[in-house]
Order: sequence, then C-alpha cells, then structure tokens
Amino acid sequence: MNGLYEVDLTVNGKNYQRAVDPRLLLSDFLRHELNLTGTHVGCEHGVCGACTVLLDGQPIRSCLMFAVQANGHEIMTVEGLGTQEKLHPLQAAFVEAHGLQCGFCTPGILMTLLPFLESNPDPDEAEIRHAISGNLCRCTGYQHIVDAVKIASEKLSP
Amino acid sequence: MKPAPFDYYAPTSIEEALSLLARYGYDAKALAGGQSLIPMMNFRLAQPAVLIDLNNIPDLSFIRGDEGGGLRLGAMTRHAQVEHDPLIAERTPLIFETMPKIATPQIRSRGTFGGSISHADPSAELVAVSVILDGLFRLRSQTGHRWVPAKEFFIGMFTTQLEPDELLTEIAFPPMQPRSGWALMEIARRPHDFALVGVAVVVNLDDENRCYNARIGLLSVGDGPVEANRAAEALIGQAPTSEPIKAAAEIAATEDIDPSSDIHASAGYRRHLVKVLTRRALELAFERASSIPS
Repeated sequence: MNGLYEVDLTVNGKNYQRAVDPRLLLSDFLRHELNLTGTHVGCEHGVCGACTVLLDGQPIRSCLMFAVQANGHEIMTVEGLGTQEKLHPLQAAFVEAHGLQCGFCTPGILMTLLPFLESNPDPDEAEIRHAISGNLCRCTGYQHIVDAVKIASEKLSP
Repeated sequence: MKPAPFDYYAPTSIEEALSLLARYGYDAKALAGGQSLIPMMNFRLAQPAVLIDLNNIPDLSFIRGDEGGGLRLGAMTRHAQVEHDPLIAERTPLIFETMPKIATPQIRSRGTFGGSISHADPSAELVAVSVILDGLFRLRSQTGHRWVPAKEFFIGMFTTQLEPDELLTEIAFPPMQPRSGWALMEIARRPHDFALVGVAVVVNLDDENRCYNARIGLLSVGDGPVEANRAAEALIGQAPTSEPIKAAAEIAATEDIDPSSDIHASAGYRRHLVKVLTRRALELAFERASSIPS
C-alpha cells in the first residue's frame, strides 16, 4: 500500500487530521506539518534527545517513530508546557538556575524531566543525572540543569 | 525525508502479520519498537521495500508466569514495562536488574524485548542474558512454529536463525535453579551508551556451598553473544572464594575470547575489562547465592 495515510491524533490537547507519507518522521511532522518548531531535531538517529516528546505520557524520541504510527495517540510537545507569559514551574526553574545557554537541547530535556518528576517528586542528584543521561547538552556542563531540576522539584512538590 | 520510501502495513493480528511476511519475504522488515531499525533507515543503511508495523498487535505484548515457575514474554513487550514488572523481579531477577542499563529512558519507552533479540546486536544486554538464562524463542510462520534455544538462535553480528517469513512472537525462560546468584556489569563511555564490555553471570551453589552451575555471558567482545565456557567450567565444584573466582576471570579474559580493536576500545583493553568485570560479577553473584539458605 503506497501513498498517503490518514492520521488522526491529539497534540497538546488539540486534535489534528492529516494525510502523511509513511516515511515521515514524527519529529518532522510536528515541525513541518503542524509548525510546532519547539521540538528540536539534532542527530536524527536517537542519540541526542533533542526531539524528545511525550507519547501517551511517556518520553520518546520523535525522530525514531513515524508520524503514521502516532495515529490515535496523544502527543505532548514543549509548546504544551507553558507560555511566554506564564512559564511552567519547570521552565521557570531553568531560567532561575541558568539551566540553558543556547537552548537547543532544552525542549527535549524539559519533556524528559516532566514525566520523571511526576514519578520521582524528590529526586537526588544521581537520579537526576541518570534521568537526563539520554539528552546531550554541549553548553552547560549539566551542573546548572541539575540545579534547575532541584529547584523545580521543590516548586512542584505539594 | 530521511528514510527511503516504503510500503507500509499495520496488521492488527499475528496471522495478518505472518501472511504479509509470507507474501513479501526478503523485501519486508518487521517494525517492532524501531529504536534500532529506524536509525538505520534514517541513515539509509536499511531500505526495506515493505515495512510491517507490529505496534498494533495487542496479542504480542504480555508478561506472564507459567505453571512450572518459568516466565513468558510477548515479543512486543516494551522495555519500560519489563523494567517495572514485579513478576520479572521475582522470576528472572537478572533481567530485572538488566533493564535500567539498556539504552536511555526514551528508548526504553518504545524499544521491545523481541526487537532487541531479533536485531541481535552483540553489545545488546538482553542477547547475552537470554543465552545464559537458557531462553527459548518461539518463531512463527504461516506454515507452523518452532522453539529455538537462545544459544542456537544467534548466528553472528545482526544475524539470527529467523527466516524471512518468520516472526519472533514469544520468549520463554525456565524457572531459576535452587540457590541462584546473578549479576550484570558493564563499562560504557557514557551512562546508557553501548557497553565497551559487559558481563552477565548466573551461578548456583549446592548444599555444601560448592558451585554446581555457572554461566558467563559476555557482550561486545565478538560477533555475537560469547559464553565464557572454560571459565565457567573451572568454577564447577569450587567453593565461592576469591582464588577460584580470580582464576575463572583470568581464563575468561585469556582463553574464552578473541576480542577485536576498534575506535571505542583496543583488544587489550577489552581483555582487561573482561577480567575485572567477570571477577566483580562473580563475587556479587556468589554473594547473592550464598545468602539463600540451603
């Protein structure tokens, strides 16, 4: 079966229907079809973590999945996290701790950390470093990212 | 677009997937979690004409115990599910301990047990672990099915006994023998990266505290999973003290392997790592076996 495939999916709470080529990666679908360019594309072979999004609440690499496979599923990207006016507490913590410099890796790191902090509300440093080990950052040396996660875990804990 | 064009099928039953495999054979690739296949397609190292997506077949995803105390896994069971399953912890603690060491959290969300086995990467943890746990793989085709022991399934680098019309549908592990100890240790440049060397061990102690069974599986030291058989043999009948453990680690590093050098590590360094990790893994495994009363 060649040609285009109908997909019906939810991204950041909004329903979308599109016809896609099966070889279109989910990362490219989000950026080029839906104009959600917050999801960054780095290595495109599953090493850098920049394209991490949530699929039904689980962090995944959107460059290692085809858009057609997201049919019927729920995706969350960094655009679903906060707005410029009202940052999500996790984003605010990154600002506070200088957890980013160039910002290229940041969306993927935020989307990795969101489910992590939900299941580990009070992580220690080793757990934090373990959690972000699938995300490469070439600016910060990670220390300020770890600091940001600590701040976020305090803000987010009830 | 990164990958080359392909025809896409998303069967919803095993029978439908088998009929597609029978029809397209060598032209088709089965898509499991896609965490190895899709990178290869993005690089165009793999250009299957037909992609058969297994992600919509619920019958391929399960974890259940069998009556004899063994374990059954559906091939499409995701790593993240295996990682947190209490039955895995109880019946195959070596697998339970292995899961968090496989790739990154994002990859474990998608990657599947059967996908890792079928891909047969010599540096994959589950490949070596399946061999030393005497895993059995059920391969189904439209004309029948066969159970293949892990030891015979892996032929070489990315090469298995799977025929083009066959699908790995289920993995079985026998129950643990009495007084089992286990461990998996590996060294990688970065956490979750491919291991330069990894060592998985299972040992068993008898009533007199002597080793009656030992299995040592090595990763990243050959074209497939490598068993350190001579080292394991040297442990039989021995008390789990430091001398025989050291001797076995030495045998594993010298007689049981013929590692190659690459940009990641030299052959000499790999031998060194095999020696150190085998010793440490055996120490931990024997400690665990000893803590179980006879």
